Amino acid sequence: MSDTSLNSTHEDGPTRRDMIHVATGAMMVGGGAMVAWPLVHQMNPAADTLAMASIEFDLATVPEGSQVKVMWRGSPVFIRHRTAAEIEQANKDDTATLRDPEANANRTKQADGSDGKAQYLIMEASCTHAGCIPVGVGENGYLGAFGGWFCPCHGSHYDTAGRIRQGPAPLNLIVPKYVYLSDTVVKIGV
Amino acid sequence: MSGPSKYIPQSGFEKWLDKRLPIIRFANDTLIDFPTPKNLNYWWTFGGILAIFLILQILTGIVLAMHYVAHVDFAFASIAHIMRDVNYGWLLRNMHMVGASFFFFAVYVHIFRGLYYGSYKEPREVLWGLGVIIFLLMVMTAFMGYVLPWGQMSFWAAKVITNLIGGIPFIGETIVTWLWGGFSVGQPTLNRFYSLHYLLPFVILGVVILHVWALHVPGNNNPTGVEVQDVEKETVPFHPYYTVKDGFAIVVFLMVYAWFVFYGPDLLGHPDNYIPANPQVTPAHIVPEWYFLPFYAILRAIDFDIFIIPAKFGGLAAMLGSILILLAVPWLDTSKIKSMRYRPWGRIAWFVFLANFILLGVCGFMPAEPPWTYIAKAATFVYFAYFLIVLPALGVIESPDMPPKSIADSIHPKADKSGAGNPVNVVVK
Repeated sequence: MSDTSLNSTHEDGPTRRDMIHVATGAMMVGGGAMVAWPLVHQMNPAADTLAMASIEFDLATVPEGSQVKVMWRGSPVFIRHRTAAEIEQANKDDTATLRDPEANANRTKQADGSDGKAQYLIMEASCTHAGCIPVGVGENGYLGAFGGWFCPCHGSHYDTAGRIRQGPAPLNLIVPKYVYLSDTVVKIGV
Repeated sequence: MSGPSKYIPQSGFEKWLDKRLPIIRFANDTLIDFPTPKNLNYWWTFGGILAIFLILQILTGIVLAMHYVAHVDFAFASIAHIMRDVNYGWLLRNMHMVGASFFFFAVYVHIFRGLYYGSYKEPREVLWGLGVIIFLLMVMTAFMGYVLPWGQMSFWAAKVITNLIGGIPFIGETIVTWLWGGFSVGQPTLNRFYSLHYLLPFVILGVVILHVWALHVPGNNNPTGVEVQDVEKETVPFHPYYTVKDGFAIVVFLMVYAWFVFYGPDLLGHPDNYIPANPQVTPAHIVPEWYFLPFYAILRAIDFDIFIIPAKFGGLAAMLGSILILLAVPWLDTSKIKSMRYRPWGRIAWFVFLANFILLGVCGFMPAEPPWTYIAKAATFVYFAYFLIVLPALGVIESPDMPPKSIADSIHPKADKSGAGNPVNVVVK
């Protein structure tokens, strides 16, 4: 490096040697990135994981006022058959202070944007805080201050439209994309 | 502290090797001749205890890996196979499992000792920082190891903690999917956690070597916090003086450890982890292992939005911040006096901090309901206040007692009467 005769920095501007240095450096940076990306990307979902099948479910099997959990993408989904009183309460709460404001009517929309059925609330059974399964109707345990769901892990309260009302969770329970195939059969994962 | 080497090669082979790879000289200077302050108490033996436990965890882990199967359908059964069928599998697994608890117990003692005696202060900031990095790596390793048996607590611990990363603004969800290798915690997650759980202990070993290196440049702190001034009078060679003292502490510690291994291997764990993982049922009461409880309490304490920061990200940031803040302690503590022995207010603050840390652990164990939610918030405030308010302020407003003029002076106070009553600034530098 201290060699004077081969030193490439001088006032005459860039030399062929500078060109070699820059080109080599650029190749190393580019090559490094090209090697790094496969090492990072291999951890993303594999092709067979991505080729996820959707599921079909007959809602007639869920009596009014109860809830079932069905497995989809390796995690459970809530299907709650709401009572008229619960729907009315959810509509009334549209005007309450909501952390993640969303009207009750929008919570039962199908994937194509058309209205679904107000009595069937379909949501991922995963608290938006840390992913625990909230406790819902028909299960042992507290349903929270708003009569919907209560997450026992860190104390998030959801109302009868699955909206976050109190506790650490940032968002409403997530509504997966679904469409009705018939009057009672729903296809989750579109 | 690392003065000129006193090693003299004896045999012809040692002389030959010393000119080519002076590894015997290095071992001699590090483990035998290393000058160590005379006045170290038993709180200083936990470094040696930690070294033993790192080795113990690596050895038992390597043999467990010969029998464990990292597959969602077989992982739980392979643990049962280890416990029932593998020769001495029950012993090796109990050693590994209880070993994790004792490793963390020892590291907490080690950290709190450092906080009490000011071992993080100049010239040991790098030594301290490397220790914090080791602790962070330990947390990650223990977390991923806990997932491997694929019981209910394993699964839900993995789900809850990885989900929190989703709270990072904008990129959180992408990172979580990348970590999972899917849309929920599953086979790809278990497989990569196994890979990383095997890797990280060796990364820890690497950082431990740096930690020991950084210890051997300035040498040990000591209970007085006064630096060694006369190597002849104030230090003794590490061997045999501290190999024996550390060895004695290690044996006592291992006796307690052995009691748990043989008579109470599950006392420190959760019965729920003997139920196979079920993604459809969250256990009624999710609690981490005891050694994570204080940090879990801090995570849960932030259940409210802080201005524009959502509660979820706030909790994650507070939990990470509660560990990372340790990196800044050397600069947050403004007091010139190292040892809390000579800091009347600092000493009280330290004891309050310790009690508060234990209280946080209790909060982490209790369900997220009042009154625990309020207590956890108050205790989280006290935790951060110790570092951000108390340590910076006390250095300015506290009038400390006079530390001894030197270590020799603290051992033989009458040898040099002029030592007592010297101004603080003269004493310290």
